[in-house]
Amino acid sequence: MLNRLSTILRGGLAAFILALALAAAPEAARAQGSVNPTAQSVKEQQLLDALKPGAAITGRVTIPNAQAASLIQPGRDWRAFNQETLPRIGAVALLGMLALLVGFYMLRGRIRIDAGASTMRILRFGSVERVTHWLTATSFLVLALTGINVTFGKTILAPVMGPEAFAAWAGFAKLTHNFVGFAFMLGVVLTFLVWIKDNIPDSTDLGWFAAGGGLLGKGHPPAKRFNGGQKIVFWSVVVGGFFLALSGWHLLFPTQEGIADVQWHATIHGTVAYLMMALILGHIYIGSVGMEGAFDAMGSGEVDLNWAKEHHSLWVEQEMARKGTPAIIGSAQPAE
Amino acid sequence: MARMKFLCDADRCIECNACVTACKNEHEVPWGINRRRVVTLNDGKPGERSVSMACMHCTDAPCASVCPVNCFYTTADAVVLHSKDLCIGCGYCFYACPFGAPQYPKTANFGSRGKMDKCTYCAGGPEADGSPAELEKYGRNRLAEGKLPLCAEMCSTKALLAGDGDIIAQIYKERVAKRGYGSGAWGWKVAYKETIAI
Repeated sequence: MLNRLSTILRGGLAAFILALALAAAPEAARAQGSVNPTAQSVKEQQLLDALKPGAAITGRVTIPNAQAASLIQPGRDWRAFNQETLPRIGAVALLGMLALLVGFYMLRGRIRIDAGASTMRILRFGSVERVTHWLTATSFLVLALTGINVTFGKTILAPVMGPEAFAAWAGFAKLTHNFVGFAFMLGVVLTFLVWIKDNIPDSTDLGWFAAGGGLLGKGHPPAKRFNGGQKIVFWSVVVGGFFLALSGWHLLFPTQEGIADVQWHATIHGTVAYLMMALILGHIYIGSVGMEGAFDAMGSGEVDLNWAKEHHSLWVEQEMARKGTPAIIGSAQPAE
Repeated sequence: MARMKFLCDADRCIECNACVTACKNEHEVPWGINRRRVVTLNDGKPGERSVSMACMHCTDAPCASVCPVNCFYTTADAVVLHSKDLCIGCGYCFYACPFGAPQYPKTANFGSRGKMDKCTYCAGGPEADGSPAELEKYGRNRLAEGKLPLCAEMCSTKALLAGDGDIIAQIYKERVAKRGYGSGAWGWKVAYKETIAI
């Protein structure tokens, strides 16, 4: 009995081993046929070659930070932009505009009121308009200075201040920039709402541009409440401000999106900012030292009647027709 | 001096994430910050590979180049470190980094990101080696103790290599020659502008 059982077991074991060997034979043959068991494996070079510009080799991560799934983003375009192109854009825009303004001042001098100061003044900008202007203006200046610090601070200020003091200032500037940005956004929205009705381009602007805005030579082309140049400033502030606000908003939360997107926002933010600064330099010049009587519009809000007649002839006619003489308020104090 | 590098042999990495855990534990890294992570490519498909990635301590590092306060410095071992005293948390290094290494603690609302934190190659920061200040800001300084980064030291499959670039490149080359395949020295071309011929 025992003997028979052991014979059966022995037979069964032999059959089992035979079956195993038979099953394994094709596997062994297959393994010998293919030399590389990882023929299908992803290779870095293949993935790099297949990558679109600005894209990243991306996989899957087990941590909650989905952005960490981006493994390698090989492009260094943004670095080159930030370290070479942007400082160049900034330097050309700011120094170029300054040189242009100095040249213009030497050539043309201060633009005087041709008819001389009158004794009458007319209200040009009410308090809401002036608050809107100065909210946008002061926030823009703060943002411009703290923004320039990011591009040029380490080359210009840091060697003078020393690394610790400069880092403290830069940290303060960054914080200021991030918070004042919201005041600027509000300013841009108000600018749009308050002045859009006077800034729709029309045919008088063509005449104004054709006459070169009266910047050089004699005479003033007719203009409504805002001339062609001012409309350019308005639309630049609205459109440029929109792009600055949008890109700046994204830069406040850099870890929420892909690196390629962040790089785009930083590129747009820097470029638009320096173009705006150049434009605003021109705006500041013509609103202060560049033109007699211009600052009053945003200072007291009341401008000299002769100035208004020369620079905004159609607007003055309209105001006079609409309000009659009461539009004229007060009289200029004689200089003593 | 040595030129320290990381090399992840993706054909050995089993995505156990022990390097990630070891790093977090060794340096007491706050919640939400990962100095190292494991990324799985072609997940679930044939040829799937996992790569452990952290700061690669680049040659001519982009983070250092774009930093507006110049808070980065490179040690004699070519490890890229930064000063948290100078860092203003602006995020520029994060924009420039090809490997997503810089991390920011979310200290408060918008605009108040904390000081940047990243892999230090277990080499601490500008403070005195092994000082409590260094430990608190940057974590353990193993390099000063003559030890290599913990992530690579404890890697169970020895997929993650750390050490002198020439030596770990040689180890990787020998492995590739012996087994007959290799998916590449991940990140080397981008970080060091050179790669290991396979």
